[in-house]
Amino acid sequence: MIERTLKDLEEGQTARVKKLLSEGGIRRRLLDIGLIEGTEVECLQKSPAGDPVAYLIRGAVIALRSEDSCKVLIN
Amino acid sequence: MGLTKASTGIKASETELMIEKRSPSDRVIALAGNPNVGKSTVFNALTGMNQHTGNWPGKTVTNAQGYCRFNQNGYVLVDIPGTYSLMAHSAEEEVARDFICFGDPDAVIVVCDATCLERNLNLVLQTLEITENVVVCVNLMDEAKKKNISIDIKGLSEKLGVPVVSTIARRKKSLDKLMQAVSGLSPGKNVYRVKYPEPIEEAIETLEPEVKKACSRINTRWLCLKLLDYDEILIKALNNYLGYNILSDEAVKGKLEQAKAKLSENGITAEGLRDMIVTALVQAAEKICADTVFYDKSRYNLRDRKIDRILTSKLTGFPVMALLLLVIFWITITGANYPSQLLSDALFWVEDRLTELFRYLNAPDWLHGVLVMGAYRVVAWVVSVMLPPMAIFFPLFTLLEDLGYLPRVAFMLDKYFKKCCACGKQALTMCMGFGCNAAGVVGCRIIDSPRERLIATITNNFVPCNGRFPTLIAIITMFFVGFASGLLESALSALILTCVIILGVIMTFAVSKALSKTVLKGAPSSFTLELPPYRRPQVGRIIMRSIFDRTVFVLCRAVVAAAPAGVLIWCMANITICGTTLLAHCSGFLDPFARLFGLDGVILLAFLLGFPANEIVIPIIIMSYMATGTLEDYESLASLKELLVNNGWTWVTAVSTMLFSLFHWPCSTTLLTIKKETQRLKWTAVAFFVPTLTGFLVCFVFNFVVKLFM
Repeated sequence: MIERTLKDLEEGQTARVKKLLSEGGIRRRLLDIGLIEGTEVECLQKSPAGDPVAYLIRGAVIALRSEDSCKVLIN
Repeated sequence: MGLTKASTGIKASETELMIEKRSPSDRVIALAGNPNVGKSTVFNALTGMNQHTGNWPGKTVTNAQGYCRFNQNGYVLVDIPGTYSLMAHSAEEEVARDFICFGDPDAVIVVCDATCLERNLNLVLQTLEITENVVVCVNLMDEAKKKNISIDIKGLSEKLGVPVVSTIARRKKSLDKLMQAVSGLSPGKNVYRVKYPEPIEEAIETLEPEVKKACSRINTRWLCLKLLDYDEILIKALNNYLGYNILSDEAVKGKLEQAKAKLSENGITAEGLRDMIVTALVQAAEKICADTVFYDKSRYNLRDRKIDRILTSKLTGFPVMALLLLVIFWITITGANYPSQLLSDALFWVEDRLTELFRYLNAPDWLHGVLVMGAYRVVAWVVSVMLPPMAIFFPLFTLLEDLGYLPRVAFMLDKYFKKCCACGKQALTMCMGFGCNAAGVVGCRIIDSPRERLIATITNNFVPCNGRFPTLIAIITMFFVGFASGLLESALSALILTCVIILGVIMTFAVSKALSKTVLKGAPSSFTLELPPYRRPQVGRIIMRSIFDRTVFVLCRAVVAAAPAGVLIWCMANITICGTTLLAHCSGFLDPFARLFGLDGVILLAFLLGFPANEIVIPIIIMSYMATGTLEDYESLASLKELLVNNGWTWVTAVSTMLFSLFHWPCSTTLLTIKKETQRLKWTAVAFFVPTLTGFLVCFVFNFVVKLFM
């Protein structure tokens, strides 16, 4: 079965983070903003061009590019 | 548009900070916090200074310091860049961490956003690991209240073991509580300690006794963590601070190896260790908040989501953005018309009186010429043409900034920047460029990747700064719209101006792409952008600030450049060599070259002389024509147009001048700033030649095409 990632979330959907596949600087950045395993994330809105997408993470709205959001596995 | 003396010019890129105490008993207080939580507002309110504020993350890029007195005690406040963490992944995070760790502040105020406390606590917990002299300031309580978030301040203080104060930084009174807490601060007891998973705690236990022996000035538990984590840059900074290499201590080194071996026995890699540390911090923050922060989750950010649905949705996002730009320009153009006329009338009335005065004093003609016809007249032009649009545009734009709209622009445009292998935050630096390109260049520090930062730096000049767009407005009004100030005319000028700006944006994309395919090769790096909550702008303060700080400041800079330029032009127009004036010699020399691009010698000369400040280009053109021609009536834009037309201007000249104004070399201040920021002559040269060559090319092609059809 193909794993679902943050990128697959549609606007208004919510999921929990299962695993972070990203590496290096972006991994640290995502951890810093609180994107650890088990964190609830809501997909709020896509930008007009479809990318990046705004997510609600621990009370803050953070926009991520698809290259980064596809490396966040979700349940 | 961070436009103050500190953000442009010489002070812009100083990273070294010298603490200036007024008396030895002064205490040094560091002001830390996540980006965009109102740190600068707190700083300004306490110190009475005017550090730039605005609703987007990353405004404060260097340490700034100010002074405040409270209950007879003096405090030096240091505003450090906003960071999410102290684990330093970017330049400004490093600045922040180094100051908290090694700047020896007497206390650290961690400013938190009450609407998003949980994430902010991450930084609080990390700071508490370094020092116990911490006051937590839960700011933006008014916003939190609006969102039905309630926070148990007392409970939070008990849990953290340090004073917690709730504030509304815009209301100065609420900050007294904060300073009260700071002045009464004693090292916290029972300060909250993040508990790490067992293997990490064991490793710390192994290491700590030896570290304690080797270094007493820094919290040893924290230091152990950093040694285990092996943060290379931090350890370098630490050794610098201590004056010796902590790892040269054999006992420390031995225990460190032992502890690390034990960790890897437990299957914890270097990467895994870091993850576990961060996870522990986040979980601790989550746990604390679960007991102290209460909100109705279902609807607490409903208002922002509704606004976002209009401002950034697929259907309405771009149209609204274009419309906002259009409306701002329309208000600027319409509003500037009348005061501009009034100002020029007044200033030229003064000129006549000055002339009378000189005659009365029997002053020699050349003195009158140099001072009145030269210096004064150019200054008068600069003030009357430039001041009104600036005084209207600055506050309007700051309004958008305060509201929180600018990060949304970056959000919407990011995809296109990604296609050019650049960073979406470049949109933010472009917006700052509207105010002043030098400020835009400094702002490029918010971009983490050095490659993308260089792209943003080099292309910033494609956004017409405040010194250039009154030039554009004047030409548009004279040649394309007519002078009747009806609704249709002003709307049309706004539309043309918007198109010019959009052309600049398109060129930014094209050049960014070209750069990342040639000299700055690379793939787009990853990127996170926070979209802050919308905040109600402080209209009164915005108007005061933008007029008194920015407008006056920019205008002064322009006038400083204008007066000598006026003297120079007058001299050139009146010194004759071989029967022709120096001015005619120079413009004649440039003329054949300039004609290739639809300009003439005078225009090109004006752009060259406008190198110190773009504001003086149009005034110099007018002065030069008046010096050679005989036109004496210069009372309105209509007579100006006549002057220009008499000197051979057509609509082609007008368009070419506008294009060249949009695309030419950056002004001297901007170039100096680029040199400071990039630390390389090479990139400064690239930043000079790229827009210049673009300008010549665009003008040449435009004129070639026109000639083909006409």
